[in-house]
Amino acid sequence: MTILDPASAPVRAPRASAGFPLLRILPPVVRISRRPHRMVERQLMCYRRTWPILLSGFFEPLFYLLSIRVGLSKLVGTISVDGHVLSYAEFVAPAMMAASAMNGAVYDSTMNVFHKLKYARVYDAVLATPMTVGDVALGEIVWALIRGLLYSTAFLVTMAVLGLTSSWWILASVPICVLIGFAFAAVGMACTSYMRGWTDFEWVATVTMPLFLFSATFYPLASYGRWGWVVQLSPLYHGVALVRAANAGVVSWGIVGHVAFLLTMAFAGLWVVSRRLQFLLLK
Amino acid sequence: MSTPAPLRVFEWKLAVYRQVWKANLLTSLLQPILYLLAMGLGVGALVNKNGGSARLLGGVPYIAFVAPGLLATTAMMVGAIESLWPVHDAMKWGRQYEAMSATPLEPSDIVAAHVLWLMFRTGTAAAAVAAAMAFFPDVRSWGLIAAIPAAMLSGVALGMPLSAWAVSREREMSFPIIQRFIIVPLFLFGGAFFPLSQLPIGIRIIGYVSPLWHGVEMCRSWVSGTHMTALAALGHVAYLAVFVVVGAVIMRRLAKERLFA
Amino acid sequence: MTAGDEASANAGAPVAPLIHASGLRKQFGDFVAVDGIDFDVQPGEAFGFLGPNGAGKSSTMRMIGCTSPTSGGTLQLFGLDPAKDGPAIRRRLGVVPQMDSLDNELTVEENLVIYGRYFDLSRAEARRRAKDLLDFVQLTDRATSRVEPLSGGMKRRVTIARSLINQPDLLLLDEPTTGLDPQARHILWDRLYRLKQQGVTLVLTTHYMDEAEQLCDRLVVMDAGKIVAQGSPRQLIDEHATREVLELRFRAGSNAENEQYAAGVGDRHEVLPDRILVYAHNGDEALAKAIANGAQPESALVRRSTLEDVFLRLTGRTLVE
Repeated sequence: MTILDPASAPVRAPRASAGFPLLRILPPVVRISRRPHRMVERQLMCYRRTWPILLSGFFEPLFYLLSIRVGLSKLVGTISVDGHVLSYAEFVAPAMMAASAMNGAVYDSTMNVFHKLKYARVYDAVLATPMTVGDVALGEIVWALIRGLLYSTAFLVTMAVLGLTSSWWILASVPICVLIGFAFAAVGMACTSYMRGWTDFEWVATVTMPLFLFSATFYPLASYGRWGWVVQLSPLYHGVALVRAANAGVVSWGIVGHVAFLLTMAFAGLWVVSRRLQFLLLK
Repeated sequence: MSTPAPLRVFEWKLAVYRQVWKANLLTSLLQPILYLLAMGLGVGALVNKNGGSARLLGGVPYIAFVAPGLLATTAMMVGAIESLWPVHDAMKWGRQYEAMSATPLEPSDIVAAHVLWLMFRTGTAAAAVAAAMAFFPDVRSWGLIAAIPAAMLSGVALGMPLSAWAVSREREMSFPIIQRFIIVPLFLFGGAFFPLSQLPIGIRIIGYVSPLWHGVEMCRSWVSGTHMTALAALGHVAYLAVFVVVGAVIMRRLAKERLFA
Repeated sequence: MTAGDEASANAGAPVAPLIHASGLRKQFGDFVAVDGIDFDVQPGEAFGFLGPNGAGKSSTMRMIGCTSPTSGGTLQLFGLDPAKDGPAIRRRLGVVPQMDSLDNELTVEENLVIYGRYFDLSRAEARRRAKDLLDFVQLTDRATSRVEPLSGGMKRRVTIARSLINQPDLLLLDEPTTGLDPQARHILWDRLYRLKQQGVTLVLTTHYMDEAEQLCDRLVVMDAGKIVAQGSPRQLIDEHATREVLELRFRAGSNAENEQYAAGVGDRHEVLPDRILVYAHNGDEALAKAIANGAQPESALVRRSTLEDVFLRLTGRTLVE
């Protein structure tokens, strides 16, 4: 640890974790991270030139939700879930919101991070300064979360404008989507640290697409019959269930389970990322 | 016997592709199977339960409606993706086009080879979807074979104008925006997932103008065996061919301007 | 190499120049990159364009390579007109561009074979030539490895091998060793020298005077789109520089006040940002005189004149800035 940050690590790290025992679940390199916001600052600087791309992302939910509303929803009509009858668009919209949080986080933490890791060598330059591996890992993830926050908010606004929201609880969908983003960004980065070349990214789609299609996204869990337990293994399923519960305004104990699943996934990813980055960047 | 120049350039793309084709084949087979399971059967069950939808879909089960659409949209996506970053890359970062321009090859050879390449990629991707469709009794038909070139044509028709754009760009910042504002809306509103007749007339026109819809119409007709007059088929093909030719002519011109400045 | 055979077969008879340019111009909008230059390149010759960045060398090379139309004047290669016979001319050219344009996704050998296919070689023939050429550039053991991880010097050698796949009559090299380390440059020069001995006509641009001296039989010095001098490296030095040069280094920022000591001790002198140059037939004598004048340089060096000095004399600027 002293190698990583001689200035601050020996003094501050124990104090931080002693004060908040819960923080012990964070990997050590993350615990001693002091400057993750510098990474975020760098991202913001990059976006000063490419902001139209960021902005264009706000329109994506519009197209998806509109096509569901005028398209599929007309074909399917209404759907009844746990005794509630709702339009198909109302049913699918929360799932699309969760899926979009997943896709954004995965894209950012795989393609973008890989580019920076292997080609732009951004991290090599960063680590030649007092910045630590923890700062890099945490900074990238925090950035992914900020983006997730922006996009989820845009998604929520679009949903509301199209009349697809049905409870004030839906406001909780924004932090839920940030959590989904956190979980997928952490695991996405962990996977990226094992990738050898661009061809490996074929596998990213191979994983995310089934998740997108089979997380009770387009039809209720009950439709899967006895295969329902497989669906429950999908992290996206838990995200979808959370956003759906928020939109329905249903508060139940099941929520704790969904949140715990996503948090576990996030911290597991974080552990692997910090170990791998240390190995990749500080060899 | 000498090989025509465009084929020799095509060999280059093929040599690069040879390294990824296995992973690519797997995903291009697996993805449509999953899609057909989720959308065709899963969502299909919901759609078919709804009495009113049969009329909207022209009396066919939803999977029979959506599967031919998937054939055309897949080709379209592949055609679009192969036309943006890879073309820009060959022009600017990899400089392969520059290397070619130092040989007896001419811009027309490069463009012709790119058309061949798009045909190959959209054709194989469509063939993979067709193979996946053969697993589903509702959409298994000999018409699938005829639908492959139709899907391919609509993929190349969208790809060539995008290639012309990509070859002339200094930066690739516009590409994600094209993806979001052109490709994704075409994918969603091109008549693949629900009939265009459900859309308000203003948006419907965009659908009719897009190359995708013409491909979807042909695929749907060939696969389901519904009747399409020879004149209508000819019209669709001619319309798509115009996209290919105009795209190719502009691409050749812009490539020449950049490579032979 | 067939290029060599042709050159020797033609020896004796009055040969037409491989490249003939007169009043050659290149203009991009209002900017004149090449401003009416004249030169001829004879078969078997190693001909160089020496000049700083932006002198118009690369524009000239691209016109010769038939990938850039001329804006005025005459240009002929092998007696043909690039505007009409571009592909036919390019069939006989080998081009080593300034920036490597190898395909990083392919192996070294595949790069050569694919490139050979662009010249319509059969696959078997392209493979046969690729093998020989990789041997020539000493990369046989790398034939099946991908290009991407290779060092800059190795990539350059692959590019040179690639440019020879069509057995060109004329090899164009645009800044062949820019950005390479000294060892890689020497390996490259050695290979190019061998090509020259085999009779391949070389045309190269460089802003390194040592490269021009090593490789070129004849060169033109370019500045701001114009040719300011031409001849063999020896001729140019004899004509535009003295036999020796005395380099005096003073404390940083004090060149102006120390100029007085250098004045008059040689034929002429030149004040550069980091040193003062004194041109003299005998450098040691000039140094003795300067010290007698009261100069107290931090270091002094006497050396032979180079093309760098020629360029400085002709343009008032240094080659590498």
